[in-house]
Amino acid sequence: MREAEHLVHKYLRSSKRFPHIWCSGCGIGIFMQALVRVIDQSEYSKDDIVLISGIGCSGRLPVYVDFNTLHTTHGRALTFATGIKLANPRLKVITVMGDGDAVAIGGNHFIHAARRNVEIASFILNNNVYGMTGGQSSPTTPHGAITASAPYGNIEPDFDICRLAEAAGAVLVARSTVYHTRLLERLIGMALKKKGFSVLEVVSQCTTYTGRFLQLNSPVEMLKWQKDNAITVEKAKQLSDTELEGKIVIGVLVNRERPNYHEQYQSLLGKKSKV
Amino acid sequence: MNRVEIYRGWCKQCGICIAFCPHQVLEADDSGYPVVRNPEKCTGCLLCEMRCPDFAIVVNKDEESREETGSPAGK
Repeated sequence: MREAEHLVHKYLRSSKRFPHIWCSGCGIGIFMQALVRVIDQSEYSKDDIVLISGIGCSGRLPVYVDFNTLHTTHGRALTFATGIKLANPRLKVITVMGDGDAVAIGGNHFIHAARRNVEIASFILNNNVYGMTGGQSSPTTPHGAITASAPYGNIEPDFDICRLAEAAGAVLVARSTVYHTRLLERLIGMALKKKGFSVLEVVSQCTTYTGRFLQLNSPVEMLKWQKDNAITVEKAKQLSDTELEGKIVIGVLVNRERPNYHEQYQSLLGKKSKV
Repeated sequence: MNRVEIYRGWCKQCGICIAFCPHQVLEADDSGYPVVRNPEKCTGCLLCEMRCPDFAIVVNKDEESREETGSPAGK
């Protein structure tokens, strides 16, 4: 059989070993493929893109793709991203974080990057768990869920990443699952075009831990769970909070305009040089 | 006819491509790897390719069906 020619193969670093390290059925690979497809269709060349990650399963993503990439410390992807955007505004800066990375250890950086409105497309792969370290509760683990660190059920309430982003000032806030791949691609495209801080929460599946805790015993069952529980923003507007419990609202949640940080910074530099 | 190719060296037998194919083009073999059972049923929707977490499945679309669906990723 002729060796397959996959679009993604053009963007992979040939020096890396494949298959990749992610578990069988992990959603990160689905997201990575969607991201590469959108970039392939866009005007950006490989050299225009800077892809930055923190620590965790999602932190491995920039290792595999042939853009300008940084694999930074835990929770600090957005700080490196802010610095890069200010130093070289021509670059398209993208961060890929997990739920633990973005809203636990990196929570402070997350809200301030949103408040400043730095032009960064930030993608948060939410698998509701700390996967790489063995399945401990994360800030997005649902209340009552069994995890490695909560064997009798999680007693903490969970964060809604999108509401947090909205309150902190992100100009584009959206959510998709990895099951809804076409929507995912559309929202990635919107986030890349937005001239400000954009947040796309990608509901993903940790087939090794979350799946076991939720008694969804295969990647297929986890994708069916995403399919069955997802509801569009338009439909969600007609439902009460009780009816929306346990549902995943997908689509564009916030889309607004606000002056971004680096343009204001550049104009400030212009004013100062005239004095 | 569209040609579905599976790159077995990268496949981790998760079963997503088989389960979510709208036309049951794929089936699992004894080891859980997908095999093309009904190639004539493939509409070239690319859902198997797009949902494969391991970049291990490719749909080579023929010219006619590409025009029909107009998929931007169908090149």
